[in-house]
Amino acid sequence: MSKDVIMPQMGESLAEGTITKWLKKVGDKIERDEPLFEISTDKVDAEIPAPASGTLSEIVAGEGETVPVNAVVARIAGEGEAPAAVAKTEAPKAEAPVRTEAPAKPRAAAKPEPRPAATAIREPEAPRPAAPRGDGQTKLEKPYGQYPVDELRRVRSSPVVRKIAAEHGVDIAEVQGHGISGRVTKRDIIDYIETAPSPAPKTAPATAPPPFIPAGAPMPAGGLFIPDLRIPPYVEGEPVELEPMTIMRKKIAEHMVYSMSVSAHVTSFFDVDFEAVARQRESMKRDLAEKGIKLTFMPFVVRAVVEGLKKYPYLNAAVMGDKIVFKKEINVGIAVALEDGKGLIVPVIRNADEKNLQGLARSINDLGERARTKKLMPDDVLRGTFSITNPGVFGGLMGTPIINQPQVAILGVGAIEKRPVVVNDAIAIRHRAYLSLSYDHRLVDGAMAEMFMASVKQFIEAGNVQ
Amino acid sequence: MSLRGLETTFLGRVGYEEGLRLQEARVSAVQAGSAPDALYLLEHDPVLTLGRSAHRENIVASSSDLSRLGIQVFECGRGGDVTYHGPGQLVGYPILNLSPDRKDVWKYVRGLEEALILSLADYGIHAARFERLTGVWVGQEKIAAIGVRVSRWVTSHGFALNVTTNLDHFRTIVPCGIRSYGVTNMARSLNAPPTLEEMGSTVARHLGDVFERELVWVDERELAERSA
Repeated sequence: MSKDVIMPQMGESLAEGTITKWLKKVGDKIERDEPLFEISTDKVDAEIPAPASGTLSEIVAGEGETVPVNAVVARIAGEGEAPAAVAKTEAPKAEAPVRTEAPAKPRAAAKPEPRPAATAIREPEAPRPAAPRGDGQTKLEKPYGQYPVDELRRVRSSPVVRKIAAEHGVDIAEVQGHGISGRVTKRDIIDYIETAPSPAPKTAPATAPPPFIPAGAPMPAGGLFIPDLRIPPYVEGEPVELEPMTIMRKKIAEHMVYSMSVSAHVTSFFDVDFEAVARQRESMKRDLAEKGIKLTFMPFVVRAVVEGLKKYPYLNAAVMGDKIVFKKEINVGIAVALEDGKGLIVPVIRNADEKNLQGLARSINDLGERARTKKLMPDDVLRGTFSITNPGVFGGLMGTPIINQPQVAILGVGAIEKRPVVVNDAIAIRHRAYLSLSYDHRLVDGAMAEMFMASVKQFIEAGNVQ
Repeated sequence: MSLRGLETTFLGRVGYEEGLRLQEARVSAVQAGSAPDALYLLEHDPVLTLGRSAHRENIVASSSDLSRLGIQVFECGRGGDVTYHGPGQLVGYPILNLSPDRKDVWKYVRGLEEALILSLADYGIHAARFERLTGVWVGQEKIAAIGVRVSRWVTSHGFALNVTTNLDHFRTIVPCGIRSYGVTNMARSLNAPPTLEEMGSTVARHLGDVFERELVWVDERELAERSA
């Protein structure tokens, strides 16, 4: 008889493992308890011993493949048994419940595929397109063979899964389980709900949909960046194309959702006269260009911000539980969009309070250039204490920026453009811009934010910036 | 009911390879049932260790930079990416038999995090877990890394807690640009950071509590004599 080698259960909450290395080849003689392969799950590597002595007759899941717990990963032929004969009696390899690390396709994408013909699975009554993975599953129910699969699923699902099912009016028996013994895991039910054709027929209780997670609520288990369970991103048959997110995209997504949920965002707007600064810039531009420095309005804004932060240190702070962390350094981050428009990065001018206008201009040029050409060092993006973003680059009047955690405030600079304004009861043409400040109301109250902004406005309007 | 013992030794500065040998020997002994669980506390000479799945391009420093900083590069059999170890970093190698009552590697890793968070709290540092990113974090900066190996339910490798670690050395391995999470150490938050030995005993105490083991301090010499 051949003996199946299965992916072991390395922990209650671990539903799968990645095979990192086979320590034996097909045809090798192996002793029971001898290390056979290595797996990796979330920072843990484990060496798995052979469950029996014999000859390794087949490797079902190769290196790099991620397979669910209890799935067959190899077969061991008994002593004296011909390996080939064993392999023949088994299902073709392609039907093994193997998932690779490749970005998970929504189940819906797999729908049109015909189900593999000869599967021994007991189908639930209603044909569920949701899950054509895991055809080796009959094996898993062995220890519980006396129960019908559907019942097993009902009985052997966790409270969390039952709760999700109840909230969405889903009958667990309809969900294909991929956990131990065909048990329905949290992920199974989420996949099922996500790919279910919109309003689930018999479900939909007349009551309101489940409430949205309020800002500041504890993070749901499973990460900051949770898929929206309620509204599927597309319906069946809709022409779409799927592309995995880059690491940067994912981090930005997490960071933004995290910030919105942790801080009490409020945004104030100020209309600021840049006329004096525009003139000063014109007069200095050429001299600095000769030194290789491109003078934009940004260094003027940074100087104004630095003065404001010195007066109002609450805006240069962070929140830690019930404590306020006042930052001794003034490190100003400036958001830079990458050239392809895909992604942004916030390089930091360290100790911005120690630099004059020219020094700031030089730093901003340097950081911006290295950000766009992806040559920043890790330190260049760390320890910011306040951020500035530029929604006006393409003419935007103003923005309501999201705070860059763990900071408590961010300044948005709208387009600086000539506008008619009233000056001394006459209409004059002046360089003007709307500045917006988003701040964390946990720490900064409206009055303080306004005072800070008034200080920034006053500094810029006074001109003669050093 | 008496608790299982955990022989704990502070070893001081140990070369990376020597640390591996110590662990391997103890893992075999624990597997064979000929020695109780152990906890080795130590610091390493500056070294970058590359796991099996690590890519060389994750080392951004040139080899001349590395030799100027006195950092060696070492390829080892564990999984995972590039890691830095060096002076001022408390490295802990718990060799624990998780059988029969703790056979859950996910819980084991969470237990290591727990003990480190409690230890840092003793010094007024508010550290936490970061969803989905194993390790211990202060704000968005990692203060302790975790990497574990399990062989027949006996653990090895463990954690690396930055006490006074030279953080510049981490710049040799981080990929440029896209990195948004940094690294920190205890010295950044404290005027007087503890010595490694002091921190080692704090962490050992919490590990004992979390994993319900009774600490038995074993002198380094005693350990050497026994294994000789």
